[in-house]
Amino acid sequence: MSDIWHNTRWHGKAIALLLLLAFIAAPIIADRYLLSVLILVFYFAYLGQAWNLLMGFAGQLSLGHALYLGLGAYTATALWTLFGIGPWMGVFIAVPVAAAAGMFVGWLGWRFAIEGVYFALLTIAFAEFTRIGFDHLQITGGAGGMFLSVNSVGADKWWNLGGGPLLYYYLSLVLAVSATFLVARLRQSSLGYRWLAVREDPEAAQAVGINIFRARMIAMLISSSMTAVGGVFYGFYYRNLFPSQVFDIGRSIELILAPIIGGLGTIFGPIVGAIILTPLGEGLTGLMQAFGINAPGAKLIFYGLTLMVIISLRPDGVWPWIARHLRLDGSRK
Amino acid sequence: MTALLSVRDLSKHFRGLAAVSHVSFDVNAGDIFAIIGPNGAGKTTLFNMIAGAMAPDGGSIAFAGEPIEGLRSDEVARRGIGRTFQVVKPFPALTVEDNVVIGALMRTNALSEARNTAHEVMTQLDLIGKRHQIASSLTLPDRKRLEVARAVATRPQLLLLDEVMAGLRPTETDRIVSILRDLNRSGLTILLIEHVMRAVTALASRILVLHHGAAIAEGTPDDVLREPAVIESYLGAEAL
Repeated sequence: MSDIWHNTRWHGKAIALLLLLAFIAAPIIADRYLLSVLILVFYFAYLGQAWNLLMGFAGQLSLGHALYLGLGAYTATALWTLFGIGPWMGVFIAVPVAAAAGMFVGWLGWRFAIEGVYFALLTIAFAEFTRIGFDHLQITGGAGGMFLSVNSVGADKWWNLGGGPLLYYYLSLVLAVSATFLVARLRQSSLGYRWLAVREDPEAAQAVGINIFRARMIAMLISSSMTAVGGVFYGFYYRNLFPSQVFDIGRSIELILAPIIGGLGTIFGPIVGAIILTPLGEGLTGLMQAFGINAPGAKLIFYGLTLMVIISLRPDGVWPWIARHLRLDGSRK
Repeated sequence: MTALLSVRDLSKHFRGLAAVSHVSFDVNAGDIFAIIGPNGAGKTTLFNMIAGAMAPDGGSIAFAGEPIEGLRSDEVARRGIGRTFQVVKPFPALTVEDNVVIGALMRTNALSEARNTAHEVMTQLDLIGKRHQIASSLTLPDRKRLEVARAVATRPQLLLLDEVMAGLRPTETDRIVSILRDLNRSGLTILLIEHVMRAVTALASRILVLHHGAAIAEGTPDDVLREPAVIESYLGAEAL
């Protein structure tokens, strides 16, 4: 992080700090609706960081991150409803569960040299059949879903993530900001450089002594673990879980949009992408409600169009373009 | 004196074709050893087996006294063998400096140390002025030197160069020749595959000639280039 901080010009630092302060102070003036939109912004920024670590840095395309999100959400929620183990404890079980799944998918793919598009298909397959498995898993309610009660004893306290929107607001902000710090730190580490080498040319990376299997597995470990934490947040924020929603491919696609629009392989891309995309999506939902239109797939179509427009105008994403125009970066690109 | 690299009876077949058959040679520490031969002679296959990119079907490769045949290429690199690629493979979206830093990170996890090494190597290879350029924007001669720089930054004992002079103009060739000679003087052993005879004769202390996968001659440049078999199979009519 220190490198990025040093290489950023003073007005870049000022903008970053002001934005952070504005977000911290936002609940003073923001109403419940605006807060809920901002929560989604941070949530998608957070998940975007997790996914971007694997794709943008290590160059491995996963289209099945819903698997880790869903496993994280289901594990923590089930621990709470079935055994009364709260999310702050549950996250320590949810993360290893999702990470183990990530390691398995990664091992299967990279050990047997399944790369690129084929690896992406593998990730989709695992998310899909986990969804089908959960449809039939009675202990978590099967296809009928699992619900978190809002009126059982102690269910509305911070220690089991049952508070009001403010709690979720600050929690999601902290998640997004700390994920950004973590990713920036990793990017500037020797591991981060190895990831870039693996992304750019695996064969050349091996020739400079990089164990590409290990580098990819570490990226997967961190990415799936981070996504699982997001899943725990998801489970307790929405308080209901359906396999058909949480493990859906739409969920996997949704969480990769922010980094793609913001800028793959950049540190601020996922944040910028989430800031652009979420309010647009919410605005569309609002507009459609105002006009009384009921078209369930409209948001996804809209996301698709936004993606096409932005990718055709700014193939590198929006963030590199912003950074160049505001001259935020004092050194390299 | 034991050889730094010792290849014994090395073979590789692709279906029925013997790409390399029963090749043996030694590279002593401090040598500049050239492997020459017509296209399809098995030079790159031989090279890939030494670098760990391909497992041999038979024979052995010893580096610094230890067997390395069948190791993965990253393990071979860690033993102290650096390499370049015939078709250059820089990390395209990264700067020249980051390319070289990644090489240097093989020997250290400390970025500051890797940057120091990278600066040293970039100066040595005349890339320091271009260190902030994106690798994909470099010209071919620069990219070739970048490949050498990245490999040298891993601080190898043996450097494998796969046609590093191919496609360069004579002045650029001379520039690389003098750089390689300097690297060799500082203690680096070099094994190169080369078509450009101007570079081979200027550099090599020993030459191995491959033809149809077999070694047909080995020795000092003066001896090897006078052998009738070599002249016939490789240098061809124009040399006669």
